[in-house]
Amino acid sequence: MAEHKKEIDQVTGIETTGHEWDGLKELNNPLPKWWLYIFYGSIIWSIAYWILMPSWPLVNGYTKGLLNYSQRAVATEEFDVAAAERAKVGEKLMEASLEEIRDTPALLEFAMAQGKVAFGDNCAPCHGTGATGFEGYPNLQDDSWIWGGDLDTLATTISYGVRAEHDETRFAEMPAFGRDELLEKDEIIQVSNYVGSVAGLPVQDGVDLEAGKVIFEENCASCHMENAKGDMETGSPNLTAPTYLYGKSVENIIAQVNAPRHGVMPAWIDRLGETTVKSLAVYVHSLGGGQ
Amino acid sequence: MSAWKKHQIFETNSLILIVGIVIMIAIGGLVEIVPLYYLKSTIEKTEGMRPYTPLELVGRNIYVREGCYACHSQQIRPMRDELERYGNYSLAAESMYDRPFQWGSKRTGPDLARVGGKYSDEWQRDHLINPRSVSPTSVMPGYPFLMDAKLSTVEIENHLKVNAMYGVPYTEEQMANAKIDLMAQAQPDSDEAEGFEERYPDVLIRDFDGNPKAVTEMDALVAYLQMLGTLVDFSLYDEKANLR
Amino acid sequence: MGERKVRYLSLEEGGFSILLLAVAIFCLVIAGKTWDQVLAFHTGLIALASLAGIFFIFRRYFDGTSTPAPLEINGKPNYNMAPVKFATWASVFWGIAGFLVGVIIASQLAFPALNFDLPWINFGRLRPLHTSAVIFAFGGNVLLASSFYVVQRTCQARLPGTIAPWFVILGYNLFIVVAGTGYLLGVTQGKEYAEPEWYADWLLTVVWVAYLLTFLGSIWRRKESHIYVANWFYLAFIVTIAVLHLFNNASLPVSIYSTKSYIVWAGVQDAMVQWWYGHNAVGFFLTAGFLAIMYYFIPKRAERPVYSYRLSIVHFWALIFIYIWAGPHHLHYTSLPQWASTLGMTFSIILWMPSWGGMINGLMTLSGAWDKLRTDPVLRMMVVSVAFYGMSTFEGPLMSIRAVNGLSHYTDWTVGHVHAGALGWVGYISFGALYCLVPWLYNKKSLYSLRLVNWHFWVSTLGIVFYICSMWVSGIMQGLMWRAYDSLGFLEYSFIETVDAMYPFYVMRAFGGLLFLTGAFIMAYNLVMTVRVGEASESEAAGQPAMAPAE
Ligand code: HEC
Ligand code: HEC
Ligand code: HEC
Ligand code: HEM
Ligand code: HEM
Ligand SMILES: [Ca+2]
Ligand SMILES: [Ca+2]
Ligand SMILES: [Cu+2]
Repeated sequence: MAEHKKEIDQVTGIETTGHEWDGLKELNNPLPKWWLYIFYGSIIWSIAYWILMPSWPLVNGYTKGLLNYSQRAVATEEFDVAAAERAKVGEKLMEASLEEIRDTPALLEFAMAQGKVAFGDNCAPCHGTGATGFEGYPNLQDDSWIWGGDLDTLATTISYGVRAEHDETRFAEMPAFGRDELLEKDEIIQVSNYVGSVAGLPVQDGVDLEAGKVIFEENCASCHMENAKGDMETGSPNLTAPTYLYGKSVENIIAQVNAPRHGVMPAWIDRLGETTVKSLAVYVHSLGGGQ
Repeated sequence: MSAWKKHQIFETNSLILIVGIVIMIAIGGLVEIVPLYYLKSTIEKTEGMRPYTPLELVGRNIYVREGCYACHSQQIRPMRDELERYGNYSLAAESMYDRPFQWGSKRTGPDLARVGGKYSDEWQRDHLINPRSVSPTSVMPGYPFLMDAKLSTVEIENHLKVNAMYGVPYTEEQMANAKIDLMAQAQPDSDEAEGFEERYPDVLIRDFDGNPKAVTEMDALVAYLQMLGTLVDFSLYDEKANLR
Repeated sequence: MGERKVRYLSLEEGGFSILLLAVAIFCLVIAGKTWDQVLAFHTGLIALASLAGIFFIFRRYFDGTSTPAPLEINGKPNYNMAPVKFATWASVFWGIAGFLVGVIIASQLAFPALNFDLPWINFGRLRPLHTSAVIFAFGGNVLLASSFYVVQRTCQARLPGTIAPWFVILGYNLFIVVAGTGYLLGVTQGKEYAEPEWYADWLLTVVWVAYLLTFLGSIWRRKESHIYVANWFYLAFIVTIAVLHLFNNASLPVSIYSTKSYIVWAGVQDAMVQWWYGHNAVGFFLTAGFLAIMYYFIPKRAERPVYSYRLSIVHFWALIFIYIWAGPHHLHYTSLPQWASTLGMTFSIILWMPSWGGMINGLMTLSGAWDKLRTDPVLRMMVVSVAFYGMSTFEGPLMSIRAVNGLSHYTDWTVGHVHAGALGWVGYISFGALYCLVPWLYNKKSLYSLRLVNWHFWVSTLGIVFYICSMWVSGIMQGLMWRAYDSLGFLEYSFIETVDAMYPFYVMRAFGGLLFLTGAFIMAYNLVMTVRVGEASESEAAGQPAMAPAE
């Protein structure tokens, strides 16, 4: 069985190798020329590439290549060039006031373009792509502000965040009246319904609003003010505002008075840099609710 | 013709064929892998890299278990757009304690190499429970079950020990206290938090999942996410010395 | 007959019994002592399977049916085709399962509500289930079935042993079940295409050694002095996968009572080892193995000699030598040192022609028989498969170029490339082989219906077109959107905008996958009907001489 005769294939006229396996034979065609040339070509091209670029590891280093190329250096350079180009306008932006920015199309366009994309990648996850916020994350489009909506205040809030990991972060904490047993359960219900009544919410039946008012004045007014309109100096929200951070209903108010949520707004200055923060402030300001 | 004839030795002898195959496949692998262990330029000189705390390590294992790497890379490439979007390119040093590495091969979601500190714990929790509650068009799955899963502490010392065997610099004390430390990092008000802080200085100690009553898998995963990319001190990093 | 019973247990029977007993005891100890429920389940399963194995060995022994089958009957080889049949049906089953999971994960990316907020079926767990099911379960069983078939036929020698072939086939499928259920239960090593944890890896190692020896055993019994080219490729596949598997899974379990292990390599070195493995899983599992299939089934079906023996030699050695180097093209622009990335790129380019050598040998084998493509949809499927192979091995080197990869990496372009190779090449050559094997194994004159094969071909081709085209568009679009700048030099799009843009393409891809899955159902029906109602062949008359009396 082992020995077979070489034979000529009738269809192609090419010789077989003389072996046979389960009826299968092999023709002895030569290597296609084009195939071989491209193969050699790819090898030669590779050798050239090795000579130019970092490629072969050695005993204590690697061949660096004639071009002395480093993808890290190239990327950093490209980035720096782009950043320097932008810095020309960026520096002017840093010095400009809101009015100047508004009146200088180049500055405004710059700030809006930079602000838009930075907002999309960094802020939209919390404040929403349309900046209308989610429960717990404030709407930046309306004109009610916790900390303030003028350009400088926005820039400060964005730079250092609120209750964030930054030495200069804004800080404001409301006592946990329920959890820390500062107020009785009844009292919490009373004061919450009072706040609800001020905010124009339907209140629960049979609650003594007058008592609530007294409790409010004694416990809350120091921060949220007598008229419950809040105080942007201390970051105490306006309780008569059209929307609430944590939902506008008496139940939500009770929950907040019981144990406040203390949401965190991260600090961005280290991650994004001054210019981007300023652009973001302009961008947020332009959304409609700016002061 | 004769060169072709010589090939018959492989065709007629299966063991020689196998030896030929093994030699052929050995070369490329050896040349590419072995130098990564002896060339000093492979891992950059940096300040700040430290091993994972037990909680972070367990969080990382949950990240691996849920297959987050199927959608998220942890590898910022040296290209202008990635530097703009994500920050400094990733260094080899930054994954030196990563077993397995999690650089990923697909970005259905954004890169996570520097997501630590970018969002609040609360956001991370909201997002993991239901991504569409904060990112309405996200295609990421929800992981609400992590909130209910109590963290298992079984054999956590062994997790550290195996890593230490590979050369990860865990101290004896850290290994001995692994179980305590695992819980302490998520319980800032507990008595153990202090000892933990001594063993792991400059580490976040928080109730990451917003449920102070329990240490859950959510605590661990968020603790891991919040430290990603925060270790290397880039103000001390010499970029020029580490080009390659 | 009576005296057969006093025969001693053969070396094979005794050896396997001891091995299985040892495995069973080891697993039972773990199952009894572990706190980890998944490990208890898996080791329990392995123990049960081992004990069942011992039971069958001894039942055959006491039945007296365990006499070694004669190697030849009437001077003709007495092939052992029962394990081949099992693996054939297993591949049909796993294929459908794997494609189904593919359709599910494709739909999850379009409609995330389909994750149902559950741990077991979320995208991150199902995706490895999909890749393993299609590559290792579907592809692996096709490779096992075809390699055992081809090696017997081309060596004209029965597989060695009676238990070994079954141990390989059943052990391999047990590994699949352990690995797959593990993913769903959250057990994974987190390394792509090597997700199974340490104990599953060990199981596969044992099975794989048995596979190599069984395969070699047939080669050693061969009648023809030269080893057929298909068997070179099978050998390269078996040996290299063993080496890759051992290194990429070198890990230590936290303890033997835990499913969790840590890999010895870390960070950048782990990345290199991983993609040395990952790329060569493509090169040796999905390429060398399936080229072996091509080298048998295409010439057989076309009834033509292989085009060029010399090309076989050159492209075989070039392919296996060069493939190994190409891994770093998965790590361009990462923190892997650039010198390694250069090697990965250049060797990928050099790999282009060695890859095409296989394509040329496959396609040119049809010279003189091109007309058969019109009448034989099975052959057409295999030829289109080779064309897809050519396409993806052109696209691959292109994507390996650093600058191109800078765009394609991390995007759906990679996924499109994968599925051009996976659906077009791996899928079609496998379907072709299955359409050949079933009638041959069951001594049927022909398939139940060639019209259904035609339907399968067109439905799934349409599916592939949908799949690949949508991924090309979405991948390139995604890559371009990520790096798009506005006139001031700021990034133009935020990440989430690129996610939104993917939606229509994810829907199209899921639809394409559904068509491909439909095709697989048509095939399964056709194959089952072939066995059930197909006309028996009068031995040698059919395309393939039927000379394999079953066990
Ligand atoms: C992790 C979630 C999160 C991210 C990301 C985030 N914020 Fe905030 N932001 C908040 C929360 C929570 C508050 C409310 C803080 C408080 O209670 O005072 C807030 C408040 C603000 C305020 C103050 C609103 C007011 O009424 O005074 C501004 C302005 C703001 N964010 C802008 C931004 C910008 C710009 C970005 C992106 C660079 C951003 N935020 C990213 C969570 C986030
Ligand atoms: C020490 C200052 C302080 C005091 C006293 C205080 N608050 Fe507050 N309040 C805050 C701050 C700061 C916030 C925002 C905190 C947060 O985001 O959780 C807040 C938030 C709230 C909110 C949620 C607003 C929203 O937009 O969802 C309600 C309701 C509220 N306070 C009611 C009260 C009531 C009722 C009392 C008295 C019983 C009170 N507060 C006392 C500082 C205070
Ligand atoms: C099906 C793909 C998919 C899976 C699986 C997935 N993600 Fe995501 N992820 C996304 C997408 C898409 C986004 C962007 C939209 C958004 O913010 O939800 C995202 C965003 C994120 C972000 C915000 C990143 C940023 O910088 O804005 C984090 C953090 C995150 N994912 C963590 C995880 C973790 C942890 C897991 C696993 C437990 C996971 N993801 C699994 C797709 C996925
Ligand atoms: C019905 C047919 C199929 C469908 C619908 C399908 C769908 C998918 C989907 C949705 C993904 C995930 C892509 C992503 O993460 O964005 C994927 C990945 C993958 N599939 Fe399939 N698939 C199918 C068939 C196959 C087959 C037959 C194979 C192999 C033989 C295969 C191999 C793979 C591989 C290797 C990946 C991982 C790709 C990567 O990581 O880049 N698939 N598939
Ligand atoms: C000459 C041959 C080939 C070359 C040079 C090549 C090259 C490449 C490149 C450059 C990538 C992208 C890596 C990345 O950016 O992440 C890739 C991915 C991939 N290719 Fe190929 N390819 C070839 C042939 C094939 C074939 C025939 C298949 C078969 C099915 C295949 C399957 C895959 C898979 C599964 C991936 C995805 C890996 C992952 O990221 O998970 N390739 N290939
Ligand atoms: Ca991948
Ligand atoms: Ca907690
Ligand atoms: Cu590859």
